[in-house]
Amino acid sequence: MKAIFWKEVKSYFYSPVAYVLIGLFILISSILFWPNLLGMYGEFNGNLASMSYILIFVVPILTMRILAEDRKNGSEVLLLTSPVNLAGIVLGKYFAAVFVFLVMVVISFIYPVILFAFGASLTPPLVGGYVGFILLGASFIAVGVFASALTENQVIAAIVSFVSLLIMWIADGIGGMVGGIAAKILYWFSLLSRYEDFNNGILNLSAIVYYLSFISVFIFITIMVIERRRWSQG
Amino acid sequence: MIEIQNLTKYYGNIVGVKNVSFTVEKGEILGFLGPNGAGKSTTMNIITGYLPSTEGTVKVCGYDILEEPTEVKKRIGYLPEHPPLYLDMTVIDYLGFVSELKKVDRKTRRSQINDIMELVGITHVKNRLIKNLSKGYKQRVGLAQSLIGKPEVLILDEPTIGLDPKQIIEIRKLIKALGKEHTIILSSHILSEVSAICERVVIIHKGEIAAVDTPENLSKNFGKISKMSVTIAGPRNSVLGHIKEVYGVKYVEAQSEKEPDVVTYIVESDKDIDIRRQLFFAMAKVGYPIIELKSLGMTLEEIFLQVVTEEGKEAN
Repeated sequence: MKAIFWKEVKSYFYSPVAYVLIGLFILISSILFWPNLLGMYGEFNGNLASMSYILIFVVPILTMRILAEDRKNGSEVLLLTSPVNLAGIVLGKYFAAVFVFLVMVVISFIYPVILFAFGASLTPPLVGGYVGFILLGASFIAVGVFASALTENQVIAAIVSFVSLLIMWIADGIGGMVGGIAAKILYWFSLLSRYEDFNNGILNLSAIVYYLSFISVFIFITIMVIERRRWSQG
Repeated sequence: MIEIQNLTKYYGNIVGVKNVSFTVEKGEILGFLGPNGAGKSTTMNIITGYLPSTEGTVKVCGYDILEEPTEVKKRIGYLPEHPPLYLDMTVIDYLGFVSELKKVDRKTRRSQINDIMELVGITHVKNRLIKNLSKGYKQRVGLAQSLIGKPEVLILDEPTIGLDPKQIIEIRKLIKALGKEHTIILSSHILSEVSAICERVVIIHKGEIAAVDTPENLSKNFGKISKMSVTIAGPRNSVLGHIKEVYGVKYVEAQSEKEPDVVTYIVESDKDIDIRRQLFFAMAKVGYPIIELKSLGMTLEEIFLQVVTEEGKEAN
């Protein structure tokens, strides 16, 4: 798992992918930060909420190649015939994508630090907001990794994860419209509704458990998808 | 070392391989021969644990591939049909990654990679990106990858494909040398290659084993006819008629005329009858001198074709 993790991290940073994505993320979040400076507005949680929208675009591109590429260029054979189990392979790749995301998060610390310089202080909502933001991003990445396992075409993988994230994002809204059982199912996928507690500075245990189980479920079905494909065809 | 029993693999309703059984002894180089699509790669993918089989067992060094896949995978180096390379990595980084995957001891990692690069002749390209290498060098990097971790068993799927003739000879020599320490299964659709390297040959056709033997025995047993080429001076039709009268001759075919009235004939006869003396006296009697006479041994190529077409006849 460690070998795959480091190899994936390296390949993110040897290619322009990580730089472009981190750059894009920082660019848009800086634009979002601009009103804070102009208005001398010390609250950062609103920014975190809008930054999570950026993730809907960034994560599919971050994860699209992660499993699809190996399948396309045949290097999957190397991984699957080496003495590493499938869970180790998928987790190594998942954590590599999470690592790149954490680099973005760490860089984004600069905004609250600027606000501190102007007299804002470290508040529970800020800490909670960041914890929630990281969990949200990690959940998005799990969806992206899953989408990448479905196909050997990276573009399709990106579109599938983008659409899935979009649906999860507006799940609450759709649920409100349709009502009944469908609403309950949609609510289960609603990553957003759990995020609000964090933004209010509440470290809600059930929400943390929700995100972690969401990630585990997606990693698990990713492994199942690959395993099933091996058994069913070539 | 490797025991394969009743291996069967279906792709949906299509048979990949059917009831394949053979064993490979320690230190042996086994050739796996068959036309394209015969099931060579499928068998190799199953032995290495890339694909699961529908039925049958594969045991490597006593470990079952389905029950203890990790133990098996530790002991196998695999070069698939398409070398599993990461094109964006340099050769040395790639081999470093593979040795981490195969859990090579950190202390010996560097020296082992250097030895292997020296062995397959890629030391001078070690800092280049794999995507910039030629097909032949990519193939060598793939071979280097399979050697990492010093596995007891090497499975090589068409290892010389895409190489130039000089490289092919080098790689064959290398494989022969590796055969002293490793057990090797090597697949090919090139027959001369298999007969040059392998001690034993498995011929596979339409997913089933058609023959297993040494190259020598195969040519002995499968040659049901003996064949010779004979050059005789004399009018073609008359000579043909006289050859046909010789006892044991089954088939004669005239080749092109080299000089006026000097023709080469291909003569096929029953395996147990030596027609050379008879032929000599027959020709002497009618006054047509034999200028050249040589027997044509059956090449592996012909055996292969024979096995394959016989199978086809039986099926029909």
